Amino acid sequence: MGLVKNLFAGVYGFIESLGQSGIFLFQSLFRLPIRWGEAIRLYVRQVYSVGVLSLIIIIVSGAFIGMVLALQGYSILTSYGSESAVGQLLALTLLRELGPVVTGLLFAGRAGSALTAEIGLMKATEQLSSYEMMGIDPLRRVIAPRLLAGITCMPILALIFSAVGIWAGMMVSVNWLGVYEGSFWASMQQSVFFDTDIMNGIIKSFVFAIAVVWIAVYQGYVCQPTSEGIGRATTRTVVMGSLAILGLDFLLTAAMFGDF
Amino acid sequence: MWFIEGFQDLHERNEFSWRIFYYYAVLVSIRFCYRESSVEVYIDVKNLSFSRGGRAIYDDVTLQIPKGKITAVMGPSGVGKTTLLRLIGGQVMPNSGTVTVDGVNIAQASRKELFEARRRMGMLFQSGALFSDMSVFENVALPLQEYTDFDKTMIRDIVLMKLQSVGLRGAAHLMPSELSGGMARRAALARAIALDPDLVMYDEPFAGQDPISKGVLVELIQRLNRAANITSVLVSHDVEESLSIADHVCLLSGGKVILSGTPEEVRSSTDERVVQFLQGHADGPVAFHYPAPEYREQLLERN
Repeated sequence: MGLVKNLFAGVYGFIESLGQSGIFLFQSLFRLPIRWGEAIRLYVRQVYSVGVLSLIIIIVSGAFIGMVLALQGYSILTSYGSESAVGQLLALTLLRELGPVVTGLLFAGRAGSALTAEIGLMKATEQLSSYEMMGIDPLRRVIAPRLLAGITCMPILALIFSAVGIWAGMMVSVNWLGVYEGSFWASMQQSVFFDTDIMNGIIKSFVFAIAVVWIAVYQGYVCQPTSEGIGRATTRTVVMGSLAILGLDFLLTAAMFGDF
Repeated sequence: MWFIEGFQDLHERNEFSWRIFYYYAVLVSIRFCYRESSVEVYIDVKNLSFSRGGRAIYDDVTLQIPKGKITAVMGPSGVGKTTLLRLIGGQVMPNSGTVTVDGVNIAQASRKELFEARRRMGMLFQSGALFSDMSVFENVALPLQEYTDFDKTMIRDIVLMKLQSVGLRGAAHLMPSELSGGMARRAALARAIALDPDLVMYDEPFAGQDPISKGVLVELIQRLNRAANITSVLVSHDVEESLSIADHVCLLSGGKVILSGTPEEVRSSTDERVVQFLQGHADGPVAFHYPAPEYREQLLERN
């Protein structure tokens, strides 16, 4: 009986927090700025902090994943005599799956955790209360620029990740393993389509961005304002963000490419 | 409004004295247009009950805070002094009863009315709560940028005047992490008074301050109150400092107001709870021990 009661309490708590976070997201995104110049300045600052500062980890990871994919692809394709298809393999894997998913996971770890910790610390040091007491809405001033910056930066980061991965894979397969450069690019050109492959990848990373940034800012906003509470909220952001990306990826892949 | 436009012409002459004159003229105009309250009671708390996490913080509390005076709200730690400020500011809502600030019932105010009421309040948080990503200058300038149409030169002048009044004009360029505790609190005070509010709430302004900083803060609170006729609510358990500047004192204990009167009335009170608080006795009506099972029984308990 106790187990059933706990289960119901858990489900109730989940639905309640989902509703609260939904209202939080709606209020943050649809409360228009009073001064547009200031809103744009805050947005640009967050683009720098969330997007530009994530570039290094995205570029380095993209390069290594592209190189590993090229090595693995070459070793399998060469046994069928079709090593020239390594370009196709690289492009489709990165644009459809690894670009959006790995960028999302890295983004949750790097920018998501930073957003939660920053907002949590603002709460603990009464900065959010201070905005409220000045009559300045913290959702409009603190949360909205971070949400919008994260949502717009992640698709761009995913595209950069895929581009760097393809370039690094080309370096390995053409310059090191000796695949003919013409067939490397030709196989890619024949099999990659803008509307199905590139656009679906962008849509995926856009959806992942909303999920990760929403979780990150909400966790920071509702965390217990103590060092332990902020630590727990940061961990929850990374765990919940990563799981949300993987779950959503399955659903989106089934919807986009599941027409068998 | 024609008179504000007229002052704007004066301001465009770009002379410092005209700028200052323009600034105060606008403020006086705003006060003249939007304020009509002449009530003596600025904050009226009636039959307030508030609980958090199943624990009753306030139980049917009634108190009044007079206009233009310094009111010290005192009591032991954990009695809910900061919560009272949050109730006045509308950051938390009462379970029952009313909190009326300058005629506005905070619990029933719409979001817009609440934010408008907060613009006439300034709050000095216990930690200062300066925005860590802005310099001292930007912190003080923020409310002015948010709520006025003053140009950059005007805002600069006002910020420098506010910082001058708290002795930190030279620290305008510093970041909050570069300030000492006392300086951070003074900078936060400059920000709290940036819009010349009617009400300033001080949350434990003397906590953790050295004697010099305490003296400076006492002087500043007193000067602000006298010069601008600001209603001040001072939450503190620093007895000497608070009683030295307060016009009116509310002593809280056990979720109730146990005494409300002048500092002299507080000092001469024979109520055991007041005497224990003022003289700092370890045991008394406020027990030294947190409620626990019988000591001997607990020691002898084996399981």
